Amino acid sequence: MSAGTPTGKKIVATTSLAGCFGCHMSFLDIDERLLDLIELVEFNKSPLDDIKTFTKDCDIGLIEGGCCNDENVHVLMEFRRRCKTLVALGECAIMGGLPAMRNTISLQECLDEAYRLGPTVADSNPGRIIPCDPDIPRILNRVYPCHEVVQIDYFLPGCPPNADLIWDALTSLLAGKELALEYRTFKYD
Amino acid sequence: MTSPEIIETIIARYQGDETRLMDILIDLQDELGHLSSETVVQIAAALKIPQVNVEQTVSFYHFFAREPRGVYTVYLNNSVVAYFRGAAEVAAAFEEAAQCRFGEVSADGVVGLFQTACIGMSDQEPSALINGHVFPRLTPQRARELVEGMRAGWTILELKGTGFGDGNNAHPLVRALVRNHIRVPGLTVFGEYHPGEAIAKVTQMSSGEVIATIKAASVRGRGGAGFPTGMKWEFARRATGEMKYIFCNADEGEPGTFKDRVILTERPQMVFEGMVIAAYAVGARQGILYVRNEYRYLHDYLESVLEDMRRRNLLGASIGGVPGFHFDVSIQFGAGAYVCGEESALIESAEGKRGEPRDRPPFPVEKGYLQQPTVVNNVETLCSVVQVMLKGTDWYNRMGTEQSKGTKVLSISGDCDRPGIYEVEWGFSVRDMLAMAGARDVQAVQVGGPSGACIAPGEFDRVLAYEDLATGGSLIIIGRHRDLLRDVVLNFTRFFREESCGACVPCRALTGMAQRILERIIDGKGRAEDVEHLKSWLGIMRYNRCGLGQTALHPITSTIKNFPHLYEERLDQSDPRFAPTFDLAAALEDYAAATGAGTE
Ligand SMILES: Cc1cc2nc3c(=O)[nH]c(=O)nc-3n(C[C@H](O)[C@H](O)[C@H](O)COP(=O)(O)O)c2cc1C
Ligand code: SF4
Repeated sequence: MSAGTPTGKKIVATTSLAGCFGCHMSFLDIDERLLDLIELVEFNKSPLDDIKTFTKDCDIGLIEGGCCNDENVHVLMEFRRRCKTLVALGECAIMGGLPAMRNTISLQECLDEAYRLGPTVADSNPGRIIPCDPDIPRILNRVYPCHEVVQIDYFLPGCPPNADLIWDALTSLLAGKELALEYRTFKYD
Repeated sequence: MTSPEIIETIIARYQGDETRLMDILIDLQDELGHLSSETVVQIAAALKIPQVNVEQTVSFYHFFAREPRGVYTVYLNNSVVAYFRGAAEVAAAFEEAAQCRFGEVSADGVVGLFQTACIGMSDQEPSALINGHVFPRLTPQRARELVEGMRAGWTILELKGTGFGDGNNAHPLVRALVRNHIRVPGLTVFGEYHPGEAIAKVTQMSSGEVIATIKAASVRGRGGAGFPTGMKWEFARRATGEMKYIFCNADEGEPGTFKDRVILTERPQMVFEGMVIAAYAVGARQGILYVRNEYRYLHDYLESVLEDMRRRNLLGASIGGVPGFHFDVSIQFGAGAYVCGEESALIESAEGKRGEPRDRPPFPVEKGYLQQPTVVNNVETLCSVVQVMLKGTDWYNRMGTEQSKGTKVLSISGDCDRPGIYEVEWGFSVRDMLAMAGARDVQAVQVGGPSGACIAPGEFDRVLAYEDLATGGSLIIIGRHRDLLRDVVLNFTRFFREESCGACVPCRALTGMAQRILERIIDGKGRAEDVEHLKSWLGIMRYNRCGLGQTALHPITSTIKNFPHLYEERLDQSDPRFAPTFDLAAALEDYAAATGAGTE
């Protein structure tokens, strides 16, 4: 797999699957270090630069969120095909996170509550229709953490992982150094 | 009587003593069929204890039912050996005849079908408990007949028909279809024995002399751990307490083990006599025989033996005419929980609580039953004690090996012509035992039950002894034609997951995860790193509180060690970047069902 730019910059892609964009927001919290970062890397498919589809193979893929629908699965698999190294960023990517709270409830029950029986349904969905259209993603029976779908190389804990941790992890990865994850960096209580 | 009256009567039977909660629940379930939420509330009120205390005991044990489980409740054994012998076909016949699935009660409420772990009948599988009575050697035809009988309202005795087993299985107070299958009677447990002689001899000695004799004979515990019995008694004798207790552990829950059942059937006097000797040595006044619920069919018989011994002054006040030597034994039944065989869980259970092992120290010899010094010994250990006292240390030490004296009663089952009971001197090799049992084409032998080790033919020259293959006494023989991982290892792993009491995180969580990984390896979707994970967990499992968790991965780790090819040949070799277990179409099925969308 060829990756990297002619200038030797590593190429990074990011995505948010079944997440809340919190991990991306935390990423932006590296603040002025973003300027240092773009000296080191080039972004490809990512909400940061709004590139919607891969235009080249990448070195690093950062994945926020697990998989709750078939589109998530396709995007994740595409990331796996196009990126040398995949990092699961944050609780949802690692364990399913908050969305996985529905995993103890059947999908039918979830859909009924959301579209047919819930207290707010009357006005917004008078026909009590459960959305189903080729243009919208199909919902999976449960929420899957990323590693149950593809191989994940690194897991960066946190909800979200804080900006310094993301910065340290990314720069270590770029420099090919091992990152010592200190307990305090992912202890939140 | 209305059910509140029944509850009142039964609680009065036990003087409203909350430590007798197990007995109260067992009796109530007999009367009422199940223990409803209202019943639980009423028991709590009558005993004046919090409802949650009743709730946690009821919910812990397999045989306590919160919902009705049928006029006739069938518990079919789902152990490895039961399946070897055709339990799957028998289960199918039961389901077809009863018109309901396992885990359900038939629509007319007559037949309830449930599964249960090994019921101690591995030499006569497939077997089931029906309303607490054993129905061994089942066939699909027999299953159909039984359901027909239930529909016709037959009594248990009518369902049994004739053909009671040998020895005391045919005793009027037992009348069980169970057979003893004593293939090789040895010199200790099944040797010459006259009840009362040992007590007569012991009561001429001082308690210190008795302990010294047991120590000199190097009697070691037969319950699995092999702890020196004399030392245990010495600790309990020295411990201070208002009361001291002698427990006999007849929980016998390790799948594949059934020797204690045969000993209790044929040698109950010897077991009780052993308890009396222990009581004399330790200074105990009360004994409890804790028996697994699966052997409740022996209840009346065992009570009659106790009664007879009381009449003969072998139990009760001033035993053997020794002034001040008072000791009596009561019987405590469990209610279906393997972990209750662990001595501190056994004590908790006998106190009416969940069978959850205690943190140790303090050990039971210091603080056991009701926080008093307590000796817990296996059934067979107590028998050995009796013979040592009667026939002497030299006699006993002539048998066995350097570190393992005397004989061992083995429960042999699985793929062989002569499953049953073999009492042999310690030091026989696995190969000798296989020959005796008539086993051919052996792929593996599970020594010491699921918590022991699974060994390959290359190790069959190893000997049964504490210094080599230590065993609580079971050998399960696994033929060449079996799928070792699917038919044996997975079954054992599921067993441990189901029997974990849940107190320790590694035991509770990793048994479930191990089962899932093993299932995926068996399905050809495991990866080399899965095997590595399983191996690496052994380290953390050592930190579990009791032996169940500490050994729960042994079926897996010992087969990874001794049969590595069985794992390697099943590993998934597809593109390692994608998880072989994820199936998008399957993951979309629920949505398709809810909306009519496709899954491709
Ligand atoms: C999960 C578990 C189950 C056990 N089951 C039994 C049993 O059924 N019978 C038994 O005698 N010992 C059993 N033991 C061992 C007891 O804890 C205890 O060591 C034994 O009863 C002591 O008696 P002994 O010294 O005469 O062997 C079990 C231990 C564990 C950890
Ligand atoms: S190891 Fe398992 S069975 Fe034993 S106490 Fe812990 S959780 Fe309970």
